Amino acid sequence: MINIEIDGKRIETENGTTVIEAAHKAGISIPHFCYHKKLSIAANCRMCLVQVEKAPKPLPACATPVTEGMKVFTASEQAVKAQKGVMEFLLVNHPLDCPICDQGGECMLQDMSVGYGGGASRYHEEKRTVLSKDIGPLVSAEEMSRCINCTRCVRFGAEIAGQMEMGQAFRGEHAEIMTFVSGTVNSELSGNMIDLCPVGALTSKPFRYKARSWELSRRRSISAHDSLGTSLAVQTKNNHVLRVLPIENEDINECWLSDKDRFAYEGLNSAERLTKPMIKQDGKWQEVEWQVALEYAANGLRHIANGAGAEQIGALATANSTLEELYLLQKLMRGIGSDNVDFRLRQSDFSADDKQQGTPWLGMPIADISRLDSVLIVGSFLRKDHPLLAARIRQAVKKGAQANIIHSVDDDLLMKVANKTIVAPDALVAALSQVAQALDAEKNGKAQTASAGAVAIAKSLSCGGCVAVLLGNFAQQHPQAAQLQALAQQIAALSNGKFGFIGEAANSVGGYLAHATPGTKGLNAASMLATPRKAYVLLNVEAELDTANPQQAIAAMQSADLVIAMSAYKHHATSYADVLLPIAPFTETSGTFVSTEGRVQSFKGAVKPLGEARPAWKVLRVLGNLLKISGFDQDTSEAVRDEALKGVDVAAKLSNTISAIDTNAVSAAGGLQRVSDVPIYATDAVVRRSAPLQATVDAATPQAWLHSEELKKLGVQVGATVKVSQGQGSVSIAAAADDKLPRGVVRVAAGHAATAALGAMFGTITVERA
Amino acid sequence: MLSDQIQANIERELKKYPADQRQSAVMAALRFVQDEKGWIAPEDMADIAAYIGMPQMAVFEVATFYHMYKLKPMGEYTLTVCTNLSCQLSGVNETLLHLKNKLGIGLGEITADGKFGLREGECMGACVDAPMFTINNKKLCGRLTGEKIDQILAELSAGGQGGKQ
Repeated sequence: MINIEIDGKRIETENGTTVIEAAHKAGISIPHFCYHKKLSIAANCRMCLVQVEKAPKPLPACATPVTEGMKVFTASEQAVKAQKGVMEFLLVNHPLDCPICDQGGECMLQDMSVGYGGGASRYHEEKRTVLSKDIGPLVSAEEMSRCINCTRCVRFGAEIAGQMEMGQAFRGEHAEIMTFVSGTVNSELSGNMIDLCPVGALTSKPFRYKARSWELSRRRSISAHDSLGTSLAVQTKNNHVLRVLPIENEDINECWLSDKDRFAYEGLNSAERLTKPMIKQDGKWQEVEWQVALEYAANGLRHIANGAGAEQIGALATANSTLEELYLLQKLMRGIGSDNVDFRLRQSDFSADDKQQGTPWLGMPIADISRLDSVLIVGSFLRKDHPLLAARIRQAVKKGAQANIIHSVDDDLLMKVANKTIVAPDALVAALSQVAQALDAEKNGKAQTASAGAVAIAKSLSCGGCVAVLLGNFAQQHPQAAQLQALAQQIAALSNGKFGFIGEAANSVGGYLAHATPGTKGLNAASMLATPRKAYVLLNVEAELDTANPQQAIAAMQSADLVIAMSAYKHHATSYADVLLPIAPFTETSGTFVSTEGRVQSFKGAVKPLGEARPAWKVLRVLGNLLKISGFDQDTSEAVRDEALKGVDVAAKLSNTISAIDTNAVSAAGGLQRVSDVPIYATDAVVRRSAPLQATVDAATPQAWLHSEELKKLGVQVGATVKVSQGQGSVSIAAAADDKLPRGVVRVAAGHAATAALGAMFGTITVERA
Repeated sequence: MLSDQIQANIERELKKYPADQRQSAVMAALRFVQDEKGWIAPEDMADIAAYIGMPQMAVFEVATFYHMYKLKPMGEYTLTVCTNLSCQLSGVNETLLHLKNKLGIGLGEITADGKFGLREGECMGACVDAPMFTINNKKLCGRLTGEKIDQILAELSAGGQGGKQ
C-alpha cells in the first residue's frame, strides 16, 4: 500500500494502480473517454490529464501509476487548462448534431463538454466527414463523423469478445474506425460496443430514433434467455419495451450483456403475438373471451381425467418459464391427479433422476470461474450457449488458466485452448472415462494407459489449483447424460475440483425447486412424448422447436384429444392445439428465475401484458380454481414464490452428486451420427421472433456440416442441397464442410423451423444427394 | 494465396522474433507482397493474417497506417513525389506540373498503359537533393529538372531497371 494525495485528500492505495483508479475509488471523478476499467489502457483521448507535483507537464491519469507521496491535482489551473484544451480539440471535428443524435442525453462527450469545455469553439474551418458503415443488423455505424477515435470498441472486440472485428484504419486526420473490407461485426457480444461508445458513433440499430433517453422509464429485470441470471434494465415508453441495457453486477454479468439479452425484446411485439384466447371449433380457430377459453380447458381436462384417467394428461413447460409458473403448473397437474410434468424438454437421458437427490447447478458461484486455474468443459457450444460465461472463462485463460475441451465439434472459442478431444457423440463417455483413468494413474502413480490427449487433460486438471469440470448443454442433452455426470463427478473428485452443469435456460435450476419434474409415478418429458398422452398442457412450448425429438413431439400432439397451449405467440400449435391461452412473456409479468449458480432473483413486469394476454401464473391459478383444486388462491406472484420456496434452503438443495452409475455401457451406432446445437438465436420463443437477431450471421439457415472426406464419400459438393433424414422425416438443406468435425458425424442444428421435421437431436441420421 | 517465395521470406522474417510475437513480421510480410505484386489487395492482407495468425483487421490497420504500402494498383513504376517543406521551397510544384503534363495523369492515378503511377509522398530525409521522387519506394531521384525527369521517364519506358528489384 502506498500513500498519495489527490486534490488534498490523502488516499491509501495499492501499488500498481493508476491515478484514475485511485481517484475513482476515493470518489474523485476525473473526466475521461478512452479509459474503461475493463479494457486495456490506451491513453489516446487525453481527457484525463491531471497535474502531478514535480511533473513538468500534465499527465494522463489513466496511464500514470501511483507512486509514494504523489500529489495529484485534478482541478488546478494547469489541469483545467489541459482539460479545456483537449475538449476543444475533441470538438474540432465533432458534428454539432446533438439534437438528432440518439446518444443525446446520455452522451459522455455532451456531459464532459458542459463540465469541462468552453462555451464556444474557435474553430471555423470545415469539419472532416467520415463515411457511414454498415456493420450488421445490431450496431449502427451510420454517423462515424461523431467518432472521437477512443478505440474502446476496438479494444472490447480484441480483449473481451476475443475477436478483433473493428479496428482503426488509416492515420492522423484520416484515421477511422471500421471493419475489414466492410465486413459485419458478428460477435455475440457486439452490442456492448454501443454501451462503450462514449459518443453517438456506434448506436443501437433497432432502437434508432425510437425515443430520447430521458423519455424512457427504467425497470430492473432478469434475463430470460440464458441461465446466467443477468441483471437487466428494461426501458419502456408508452407501455412498449424500447431498449434493454445491462445493470452492472460484478458477480454475474460484470458490466456486459450478450446480444441475445440485449436485442431479444424486439420479438416481444411481434405480429405473431397471441393477444386473445382462442378455441378451435369444427377445425376453425375462433377468438373467445377468457372465461369461455378457461372453462373449455378446465372441462376438457376434467373430462379426460374422469374418463381415460389423470395419468393420460401430461404437462410440458420450457425451462425459461418463471418459478411461479412452473410451480403452479405442477401443482395443477398433481391436483388433477397426474404426476406427468417436466420442464427438461431437450433432455434425452433421465436415468439420473432417481440417483441424485439435489438440484443440478453450476457447482460454484459464477464469479469463481474467474479464479479457475484449470477447467474441463464437456459438451458445450460455450460461446453461443453462454456468451458471457465464455467471456469470463476467456479472461481467466488470459490470466493463465487452462481451458480443456471435450466435445463433438471444434468451434473457435476465441481463447487459447490447452487441450481438446473432439470425438463423435457416442465416444464422449469413453473420452471422459479415459481422462478419469489418466487422472487416477497420475494421482496413484500407476502407469499411464490412457490416450495422450486424455493424459494431457489429466495433467492440466491435476495442477493443484482451482479446478472445475463443467457440463454444457450438449452433455446435458446427450443420451448418456447420467454417465457423463458420473464421470465428471469422478474427475472432479480426483482433481480436487468442483463440477457442475452450465444450465441451459433461465430456470434450469428453478424448475427443480418448483418440483416441475415427475415424481416416481410420473412420466418425464421424453416418455410423455414417446408414449402419447390423451391430453397435454403446454407452457411456452413450441413442440417442434423446444423438444429433444420434434418428430415424436408433433406426432404426440397430433394424436392427443386435447392440447391446451399457453403461449405468448400464435405459432405452429394452431395445427395441433385445441385451446390457445395468451400469456405474458417475462417483461409483462412478475416472476422469479433461479440462475445456474442458484441465485433466486425476482423481477417485476416492465410493461402491461399486450392485448388480453395475462401472466401465466394467473391463468394457472384460475384453471386451478375452475377445477376446484385447493391451494390456488394466491394474490400475487410473490405469494406463489414464497409458497414454492417455503422451508426450502436453496443453497442446501443444490447438489450435483450422483450415486454410482455404470459407466461402461457403450452404445454402438452405425452410419452417420447427428450432432445438434440449438443456434444462439433459436433458443426460445421471444428470441426466435426478434427480427434484428434473426438477421445476424448466427441466425443463418442451418446447414448439414460434414468433414470434407465424408462429403467426398457421399459425392456431394459444398453448397449442394442434400437430403437429411431421420425416421419418417427429411429436410433438404445445403451441405457444408467443417474439417474440424470428427468423421462419421453430421452437424445439423435443432430448434429451427428448417430442421424441425427431423427426429432426435442425437443418434443416427442419413445424408444423401438430393 | 501467398507465393512460395513470399512464404519463405516471411518464415525467414519470423525467425527474428519470439514465437509468441509473430505479428512483428507483419510489416515485412506486407512489403514482400507489395514487391511481388506491386500493390496489396485485401485478399493478400487476409492471407497474411492467416499465415501469421493475427486478426485481419490488425493487418489492415498496419497496411493503411503506412503511406508506402500501396492499397491499389499504382502502375509498373510508381513515382512518389515528396511535397513536404524543403521540396516545396525547391520548386516541387513545377516538378509535379511537369510530371502531370508529361504523363497525362494526376496524383493517385496511373497511365492508361499501366506503366506509370503518380503519388504524393512525405519527406524522404534527403532534403539536400530536393525536389525529389522515388521510383517504387526503392530508388531515390533528386535535384529534379524538366530534362532530368524526361530522361528518367524515357529510360523507364525503354524498360530500364529504374526501381525494379
